[in-house]
Amino acid sequence: MGEIKNANGIGKIGNPTCGDILWVYIKVEKDKKGEEILTDIKFKTFGCAAAIATSSMITKLAKGKKLSEVEKINYKDIVDALGGLPNIKIHCSAMASQALKKAIEDYKNKIQIKKRVNY
Amino acid sequence: MRKRVYFDNASTTKVDEKVVREMLPYFSEIFGNASSQHDIGIKAKDALERSRRIIAKSIKANIGEIIFTSGGTEANNFALKGLFFSNYPQKNHIITTKIEHDSILNVCRWLETQGAKITYLDVDEEGFVDIEDIKKSITDKTFLVSIIHGNNEIGTIQDIEAIGKLCREKKVLFHTDACQSFTKVPINVGKQNLDLVTLNAHKIYGPKGVGALYIRDGIQITPFAHGGGHEKKLRSGTENIPGIVGFAKSVDISNEKDVRRMTTLRDKLIEGLLKIENVKLNGPVGDKRLCNNINVSFNNIEGEAIGGYLENERIYTSTGSACMSNTLQTSHVLKALGLSPLQSNSSLRISISKYTTEDDINYFLEKITKIVKKLRIISPLTK
Ligand SMILES: Cc1ncc(COP(=O)(O)O)c(C=O)c1O
Ligand code: FES
Repeated sequence: MGEIKNANGIGKIGNPTCGDILWVYIKVEKDKKGEEILTDIKFKTFGCAAAIATSSMITKLAKGKKLSEVEKINYKDIVDALGGLPNIKIHCSAMASQALKKAIEDYKNKIQIKKRVNY
Repeated sequence: MRKRVYFDNASTTKVDEKVVREMLPYFSEIFGNASSQHDIGIKAKDALERSRRIIAKSIKANIGEIIFTSGGTEANNFALKGLFFSNYPQKNHIITTKIEHDSILNVCRWLETQGAKITYLDVDEEGFVDIEDIKKSITDKTFLVSIIHGNNEIGTIQDIEAIGKLCREKKVLFHTDACQSFTKVPINVGKQNLDLVTLNAHKIYGPKGVGALYIRDGIQITPFAHGGGHEKKLRSGTENIPGIVGFAKSVDISNEKDVRRMTTLRDKLIEGLLKIENVKLNGPVGDKRLCNNINVSFNNIEGEAIGGYLENERIYTSTGSACMSNTLQTSHVLKALGLSPLQSNSSLRISISKYTTEDDINYFLEKITKIVKKLRIISPLTK
């Protein structure tokens, strides 16, 4: 929970169902083999207890993993890891995984821009 | 483990031991059908009428003006639909407010599909309706004004005496939903010119599934349930004697001392909450607020998140936020006060009871102060 000061990907999501908000910060670094690793991930949320629980769970599932693996995480994995959520709370867990997707997109866009600048 | 702190008494209350004891014989000893002519039936009938008298007396009504129902929802449905069908098509207009309980609002919405015209009045930032607005809305098609007495979310107590007086002058009927105010604020159907009043038991330490509709003598209303002709042929069905007996007992044991105690505790709780930075009280202060209701908005954090963390501390509250309800709509009441969706989602309702102690309140304030601090740190909205 909290903010990563030198994050290289940020995903901001507003929940269309309930109007709540979730921000995710990620830090992606290359390891020796040049593989992209998600070395840190943190959340900030104006969301309910279920949103907070799913964000914590996503943090656990994603931290230290290869970016390619992280991209495969979807909200079903999170709900399963939490041992299930009532139907009415599904939109809260979806918010966490969508924000993470956005953060990864944001990271990739930044890389693209960097590459272009380098040419 | 620490005892539970139940602060959701506007949803429902714990049934008083005295009420349970009063009800018990009516399950398997005096279990008769009040319509039966034999001794067991007559004893049940006596209990029924004794109960009716207690409830009638508590709002200064005549005994024949109380019709028992299955609760507040049914009484509200009965009042609105019963009057609509006895007035339509000569008259079809109902005036109500934007802060009613769903068992009024959703009936109104359905009646609109049946030919009714409904005016939903605005309220001010504390939840009060303006008498002038009611006056201006009355037309020659209006047959009913229905306005909640004590609001279940924000505790606002409307001036029903003034509304009653206006309605009587204008010759339109006045119904009030008094589920939340009953036994907490005096109700006097004569003095306040009330034509119909909704009451229920489970908000006042009585059983769930039982309530009543007061209907002034002489009012034409279409029956709610047709059948064996119970309850003056208005609401057929074998009477729920244990429930009704419990309802009457809960009214019988209600007293002003409990109300005064709750008022003091409520104000202590509000004072403690307002010491936390950036907390805003929703609804009025003082004697125009229900003695057991507190509703606050915490800037930048979600009400249900607070509720969830409080529950970890065995404190039970409720929210006006989307997340708690089955509909995922933000509270229509907070919206009517002018709160933004985010402010509304950051609200918490704390409703105390006659069982609440000073110790409960200190424990609650200690925990919530910490929780709010923690949640504000992780909020994207905190600067
Ligand atoms: C103001 C108000 N009206 C009506 C009701 C519905 O009553 P019941 O639960 O008895 O149907 C409630 C509570 O649920 C209420 O707070
Ligand atoms: S995040 Fe809004 S209800 Fe869960």
